Amino acid sequence: MTQVLLSLSDVEKHFGRVKAVDGVSLDIVENEFFALLGASGSGKTTLLRMLAGFELPTGGQIVLDGKDVSQVPPNRRPVNLMFQSYALFPHMSVAKNIAYGLEMEGLLRREITARVGEILEVIQLAPLANRKPDQLSGGQRQRVALARALVKRPRLLLLDEPLGALDKKLRGEMQLELKRIQAEFGITFIVVTHDQEEALVMADRIAILKDGRLLQSGTPREIYEYPETRYAADFIGQMNFIPVTRSGDLLFARNGARIGGVIPAEAPEALVAAVRPERLYLDAEAENVVTGTVRSTAYLGLDLHLHLDTPLCDQPLLVRLTADAAEGRDITEGARLTLGWSARDTRVFPA
Amino acid sequence: MSPVKDRKPLYLMTPALAWLTAFMVVPCLLILALAFFRRGIYGGIEYVFTLENLAMVVDPLYARIFLKSAGIAGLAAGIAVVVGYAAAYAIAAMPRHRQPALLFFAVLPFWSNYLIRTYAWIVLLNREGLIVHLFRWFGYEGELPQMLYTETAVVIGLVYNYLPFVILACYAPLSRLNPEVAEASHDLGASQWTTFRRITLPMTVPGIAAGFVFVFVLSIGNFVTPALLGGGQFQMIGNLVYAQFLTANDWPFGAALSMALIAVMMVLLTAQTFASERASGQGGRDA
Repeated sequence: MTQVLLSLSDVEKHFGRVKAVDGVSLDIVENEFFALLGASGSGKTTLLRMLAGFELPTGGQIVLDGKDVSQVPPNRRPVNLMFQSYALFPHMSVAKNIAYGLEMEGLLRREITARVGEILEVIQLAPLANRKPDQLSGGQRQRVALARALVKRPRLLLLDEPLGALDKKLRGEMQLELKRIQAEFGITFIVVTHDQEEALVMADRIAILKDGRLLQSGTPREIYEYPETRYAADFIGQMNFIPVTRSGDLLFARNGARIGGVIPAEAPEALVAAVRPERLYLDAEAENVVTGTVRSTAYLGLDLHLHLDTPLCDQPLLVRLTADAAEGRDITEGARLTLGWSARDTRVFPA
Repeated sequence: MSPVKDRKPLYLMTPALAWLTAFMVVPCLLILALAFFRRGIYGGIEYVFTLENLAMVVDPLYARIFLKSAGIAGLAAGIAVVVGYAAAYAIAAMPRHRQPALLFFAVLPFWSNYLIRTYAWIVLLNREGLIVHLFRWFGYEGELPQMLYTETAVVIGLVYNYLPFVILACYAPLSRLNPEVAEASHDLGASQWTTFRRITLPMTVPGIAAGFVFVFVLSIGNFVTPALLGGGQFQMIGNLVYAQFLTANDWPFGAALSMALIAVMMVLLTAQTFASERASGQGGRDA
């Protein structure tokens, strides 16, 4: 199941002097749920539109199933796109919307009806088959858009911010629903999103884009635990950054405290050490130790979040303690607290 | 649900309503009432109730003029819709910031006088006109068909006059289309042409209908263009009405003809309003 389905090599899209996508190379395997993650303007939507065929690359190659499809128009690619606006046909019923793509393939009426009925069951909208899109809720429209693209059984399904227009609760449900449908149909999904949490929950692999370039790709765990750049560390999840100075193999915070961590090769002198909030714990014996004053706390049931003013940096450290760990301790505003973290949880980046 | 929202400022409509009632509805009703009276022997009106005038309207002689007018108006409206839709489509496909200027140029002819614009066509179409000269200049020496004072000239004049309306009517729904809807069709396997036929066109029918009815209604009652470009015969129903009031001095019959004409217009406009209201439920944009 690790057959490469889609291979991008050095794909570029320049609009005049603007490099929207700048030399992206990437392999995506069969049956993968892949997320293109980036802030707005990162080029993720342009990249997606090139995969769909709405934009032609100004350089590089897009190879699908061993064939170069870089210049193939959208209606001739075994690729379908679920649009961010859903782009349902307002003058057609739900069933007609879904049947449209099959009619374009010239299938028999009987087969079209059967396949439309089948997919309506999957998305649980069979009773609404004759409704028009404007008679549906946002969540229902989203599922019609998904069904309309899925029913064609494309080799590759592209989803542009598929959950962006839904409210938070529905978004959570649909994340799992999309994963279930992807597994059931065995179709490769590429999702474009700016929501790192969404990417972490849904995707098998994530690629982070910035300014049209691919920063890093890997499994959610790799990306979260081993960000390769400060940008990636900051973009994914929450991170504390502590400015440090390198002196030989040692790192020192601005108050002179030694910070243990793995220093990358050829590192400059000005660096920044990073540690996740959940990696800090109540322990004065750890490799890295810091004492500070609690500025604020937030109780979240399982977790206790707190801001700690420390001499390490101007920003208060964000700390996430489990409820168990915090049990019986005086963690209130103004309390003095000593926290530690281990050197292997410290990531070091150029400042 | 606050009471303030429920109080609609209907009173703001009072001046417009009063104006229309006093200077439009009442005079029209007075004229139409004439249709039920007898024509005096030396012109004028004899106030004796009769249905003769209305019966005369359906006389084959006049019915034929009605049909012919409808034919010319329909042809003009059809041509205007095809030409106007194409222009509106092209404008809507331009970059957003260029569109206002293009629309301005499309409606520019409106800023000059209707009569002058119609006379201009006489200059273009007559036997020694610009078009004939153009043919001669290209070396064509043969016989050219009569262009001025024909039905064709009338249709050209009507299309020319009302084209800007059609462009505006078609541009409105076209510019509101979400471009992703056409892209979705393309993505699902449709060619550009199929996308136009099955998606773009059906979604913009309200604009086409509005444009068509507009040109048709204005054309069927028009009397200036047929009088100037059609050669002054009783070409269209508008000329007939004009003649009844101003030369034949048969106001009751003129009123009866007007009544029939207004009835046709009302039916069409009402149908179009209902149709576009039904279609507007489907919206132009997928919200």
